[in-house]
Amino acid sequence: MKYQSQKVAYWYILAALALFGIQVAGGLLAGWVYVSPNFLSELLPFNVIRMIHTNALIVWLLLGFFAAAYFLVPEEAEREIWSPKLAYLQLVILLVGTLGAVGSYLVGIHGGREFLEQPLWVKFGILVAALIFLLNVSMTVLSGKRTAITNVLLMGLWLLSLLWVFAFINPDNLSLDKMYWWFVVHLWVEATWELVMAAILAFLLLKLTGVDREVVEKWLYVIVATALFSGILGTGHHFYWIGLPGYWQWVGSIFSTFEVIPFFLMMSFAFVMVWKGRKTHPNKAALLWSLGSSTVAFFGAGVWGFLHTLHGVNFYSHGTQITAAHGHLAFYGAYVALNLAVFSYAMPMLRQREPYNQVLNMASFWLMTGGMAFMTFVLTFAGTIQTHMQRVVGDYYMDVQDSLSVFYLMRFGAGAAVVIGALLFIYSMLVVRRKEVITPGPANPVPGE
Amino acid sequence: MAEILTKSRARNIFYGGSIFFVVVFVGMTVHSHRYVVQTSTAGMPLSEEVRHGKHVWEEHSCINCHSLHGEGAYFAPELGNVTTRWGVQDSPDDAFWMLKGWIESQPSGLEGRRQMPRYELTDEDIRALSEFLRWADQTDTQGWPPNDAG
Ligand code: HEM
Ligand code: HEM
Ligand SMILES: [Fe+2]
Repeated sequence: MKYQSQKVAYWYILAALALFGIQVAGGLLAGWVYVSPNFLSELLPFNVIRMIHTNALIVWLLLGFFAAAYFLVPEEAEREIWSPKLAYLQLVILLVGTLGAVGSYLVGIHGGREFLEQPLWVKFGILVAALIFLLNVSMTVLSGKRTAITNVLLMGLWLLSLLWVFAFINPDNLSLDKMYWWFVVHLWVEATWELVMAAILAFLLLKLTGVDREVVEKWLYVIVATALFSGILGTGHHFYWIGLPGYWQWVGSIFSTFEVIPFFLMMSFAFVMVWKGRKTHPNKAALLWSLGSSTVAFFGAGVWGFLHTLHGVNFYSHGTQITAAHGHLAFYGAYVALNLAVFSYAMPMLRQREPYNQVLNMASFWLMTGGMAFMTFVLTFAGTIQTHMQRVVGDYYMDVQDSLSVFYLMRFGAGAAVVIGALLFIYSMLVVRRKEVITPGPANPVPGE
Repeated sequence: MAEILTKSRARNIFYGGSIFFVVVFVGMTVHSHRYVVQTSTAGMPLSEEVRHGKHVWEEHSCINCHSLHGEGAYFAPELGNVTTRWGVQDSPDDAFWMLKGWIESQPSGLEGRRQMPRYELTDEDIRALSEFLRWADQTDTQGWPPNDAG
């Protein structure tokens, strides 16, 4: 830790980890209701569990991005954060909002647009917190050194905050509601968040591999260019069947196919940098998470996204378990694993220690990644059968679901592995064990050529 | 990467191209907005009742079990075409009575079957909901879903 104010990130990470725990516990519970539908059905209906699961996910990922920004902006700008006080105030607002949202869901007060169910006052709280954040990091960057990494990071964060305005725009016309809803949902994960992801990945690779900054930054601009060129019009892949004009079928199919490119580039970027790198950084866990994130993102977003993005396919698969399979692997690879990479990298420094518990941390990577991959496979099988029986043959929804129960049972098992992995990760971050549980293998003997 | 693509060129392409695509997207959005209002949802007026029905739908977060035009959760049946599936798309009264019967018989309590919670709704709310669902069903969704199963 070069700058005192980076410490702010520590508290953001703690809050994010707590919510991560709640998110996966909620997911596991929702997965159990699929297996045993009468469970808690009167006390805590499925829709409430699901809201907690998805909202906790979004909020902790955002907290993680804020943590990453507060950690890396001082290093890049070479100065302290403009106002650590404001950063703590922002965190308090976000936590009050989060607790308020969860509490009000539990007593049945919520909005009704998927992912955006937060009560209005919480939405405003998020807006205020975002504005405080933007002010704070922008002032830090403006008065310090500017780099491509902070440029892209800030641009992503400004744009995603701007898009939050559409969370307040809810037309009475359902088709318009849906169209503007995607301005938040799609243009977050497939445009602005990609900017944030690419910038954070560039920072991590710069630090972990020691590759020349010029090279890293050129890659960065190419990646984010392909992300926005494809992702903006790629929004059309959600406009096929919700009452919008037919031309979106072609525009959406073509441009969203190009959305695979930035994810392919990010994966290539990560591996090429590691091969070129001359440094062997002691934090192997952070490197594993960085490589893992870009790889799983390529499969989850790129491959599983492409799987159902052409309108001829989507006509049959739209809104089935295929969508759930893709949503899980994409979110996990691109944003969950990336955040865990940042936490793995930053936590030892924030606590001013050597990287420790590397073996546990890496074990948690394989457990979580294996669990999410297995979950994706079983949901893909379930979705394929569902698509055939329901959309092609025309069998009734509930009857089809009855024949999928074995997949839901396996999804629950996969979920249990993910939860154990998550707990292991949190343990490896928070609990100090100076000795590794087993002796790690040798560090890469010959880096580079 | 070749030397022709310097960092500053890459940056300029990024900014210029992004602005271009934003402009195109905004233009298409404006057109789509008009198309929705004037064409695809124009088959039935967006009445006070339909608006109220949408609020009832949102207040109970139906979207976190059901899908509507294929979006939402996958735990319970698609409702964008439910009035067609029930054969009540053209009759407001039948739609109301069917929906009232359905809502008031929940939860089924059947062992091993997914449960829909019981919502205490007034007749006015149910009527609004059934109108909202009829309204959603008349939307021109480019032929989706493939069949009445939804
Ligand atoms: C990290 C990036 C991505 C994330 C986090 C993500 C996540 C999601 C989620 C959660 C949904 C479901 C939304 C809902 O509730 O209705 C979804 C839908 C979809 N995604 Fe992605 N996605 C990503 C990238 C991509 C890419 C690159 C493609 C295409 C190549 C793609 C194609 C699709 C399609 C076609 C749907 C609609 C599925 C349907 O019709 O039901 N996604 N995505
Ligand atoms: C313990 C592991 C997990 C289990 C058992 C689980 C289970 C579930 C279930 C049952 C749903 C509702 C699907 C439906 O509507 O029918 C869901 C939705 C969702 N979960 Fe998870 N989940 C887990 C972990 C995760 C993780 C780690 C992420 C993020 C990477 C995630 C992201 C999501 C998203 C984005 C949705 C909404 C999907 C959509 O609308 O397409 N879940 N999850
Ligand atoms: Fe999308």
